[in-house]
Amino acid sequence: MKTKTVLKTGLLAAALLLSGTAFANRTLLNVSYDPTRELYQDFNQEFVKYWREKTGETVDINQSHGGAGKQARAVIDGLEADVLTLAITYDIDNIARRTKLLPKDWQSRLPNKNIPYTSTIVFLVRKGNPKNIKNWDDLVKDGVSVVTPNPKTSGGARYNYLAAWAFAEKKYGSKDAAKDFVKKLYKNVPVLDSGARGATTTFLQREIGDVLLTWENEAYLAIKELGEGKVDIVAPPSSILAETPVTIVDEIVDKHKTRDLAEAYLQFLYSPTGQKLAAKHFYRPSEPKYADPADVARFPKLDLFKVNDVFGSWDEVQEVHFDDNGIFDQIYEQ
Amino acid sequence: MRQSHILPGFRPALGFTLFYLGLVVLIPLSTLVFKSLFLSWDEYLDIILNKRVLASFRVSFATSLIAAAIASFFGFIIAWTFVRYPFPGKRVLDALIDLPFALPTAVAGIVLATIYQPGGFLGKFIAESFGVKIAYNPAGIVIALIFIALPFVVRTVQPVLQEFDTTMEEAASTLGATRLQVFLKVIFPNVFPALLTGFALAFARGIGEYGSVIFIAGNLPYVSEIVPLMIITKLEQYEYAGATAIALTLLVISFLLLLVINLLQYWVRKRSGQL
Repeated sequence: MKTKTVLKTGLLAAALLLSGTAFANRTLLNVSYDPTRELYQDFNQEFVKYWREKTGETVDINQSHGGAGKQARAVIDGLEADVLTLAITYDIDNIARRTKLLPKDWQSRLPNKNIPYTSTIVFLVRKGNPKNIKNWDDLVKDGVSVVTPNPKTSGGARYNYLAAWAFAEKKYGSKDAAKDFVKKLYKNVPVLDSGARGATTTFLQREIGDVLLTWENEAYLAIKELGEGKVDIVAPPSSILAETPVTIVDEIVDKHKTRDLAEAYLQFLYSPTGQKLAAKHFYRPSEPKYADPADVARFPKLDLFKVNDVFGSWDEVQEVHFDDNGIFDQIYEQ
Repeated sequence: MRQSHILPGFRPALGFTLFYLGLVVLIPLSTLVFKSLFLSWDEYLDIILNKRVLASFRVSFATSLIAAAIASFFGFIIAWTFVRYPFPGKRVLDALIDLPFALPTAVAGIVLATIYQPGGFLGKFIAESFGVKIAYNPAGIVIALIFIALPFVVRTVQPVLQEFDTTMEEAASTLGATRLQVFLKVIFPNVFPALLTGFALAFARGIGEYGSVIFIAGNLPYVSEIVPLMIITKLEQYEYAGATAIALTLLVISFLLLLVINLLQYWVRKRSGQL
């Protein structure tokens, strides 16, 4: 009987698959956001090598990437992440608040408030900067078309908006003026993509807009991969410090029995190797002394302010600016 | 006396049908209702009557209606061509019609945006000749939805046209009807219910379509934000109840519209003596 053999083979295959997992290597799932894809590809290889040398054990690291908010929601809804490497502390705070997966004081457990590397927001302009865009107030001029994603759906876009706001509040001295400023800025935005990668595509491939507001690492990556000779990076005199946090997820590592592995993995981000890789992939290392000096020299010197210093806290930012009927909604009201 | 059915097995078949419908459709949808129950009536109205949400409903329903209408018109012509005329390459073209079914919608969206963008191959041409911007406008949404909707219409109309008894046409002609009269009085009434079904499918699909639209819409508040995007936006703010409230509203409106279309169909069939 032919069907019988097919059935048998199928059952055998299924049994093998199931038993295979029982003897498999220990695995770690790192849930991250979009632009870190290339960084963690390199980092995971290095870590597996380091761990094998140190303990003799071979481990597998799995990655998951997507928009930062979407990734945080997936973890809340049951995606079993051993470690989180996200874009905004607010997203991890939300996981801590809505689930029992990790303690509320998660930011007290690793050096530098759990932030191994940072980034900032810069401008990407067309070759030769035809519109002469140098600073934030050039973005609100007539005839300048700005590409930035929707801050309601993108972590990077929130940093873009906050950087513009902070610039205006400092320059014009009031919150009302800052609100007018961002209103003018978003009047110049022809397309609101839902994520940072989408906005990069709109700017580079569809050739929409005169300037793209984006993560510093995303800007360098764009030039490296697609825009060689087509676009320039312009660093404004002041911008925002994007603190991209990492943490283990206590409940999950205890369940998977991977706590030692997950902790070593995150510690390794702070090691000379980790810091070197971060700088190589255009993230600003928290310990520049470990990174390749040539890599560190690529980063322009800017005045960077922290979200907490200007806006209080991410909770306040979210409530005042980005939640429904917040300031971002108000500036679009007709 | 229990009425006995001609075919045996009615009860197990119906039971099975309901069980599967429940598992696959009704239970997931009922969670929408339960999640929305966390909201008070006032909170619910606040969410739905928010100006931006209302604008997105307008954008979604208007673009879906226009796209379904255009797709119905051209879909009918395409189905007619396939059924009535032999021509070389017919089989290949026939297979191509189904491509939008198989293509990941995001791919469709990216491709359409690339072609219709201001600097793109078709976008440039249209902008120069008519001065109309397609991409990053509601027009772009309509284009994406037509692309998605076309196979629904063609595939519902085609079999009905194929089954159509040509002796009726011949009879009408021998009784002195012109070609146009034959089409309007004999052929069209027979095909119209199927066309309505195609229209309804295309419309319902358009309302919920996200992937292909998001890349070409431009997503500007009050101008080109679609309802599914508002749902995603709510989720990004961890407002699960708000997201489900919008989803549920969308579902109820869509259901009512489909019901109306079904009633219309029934009425057309009754009038043309098909029931």
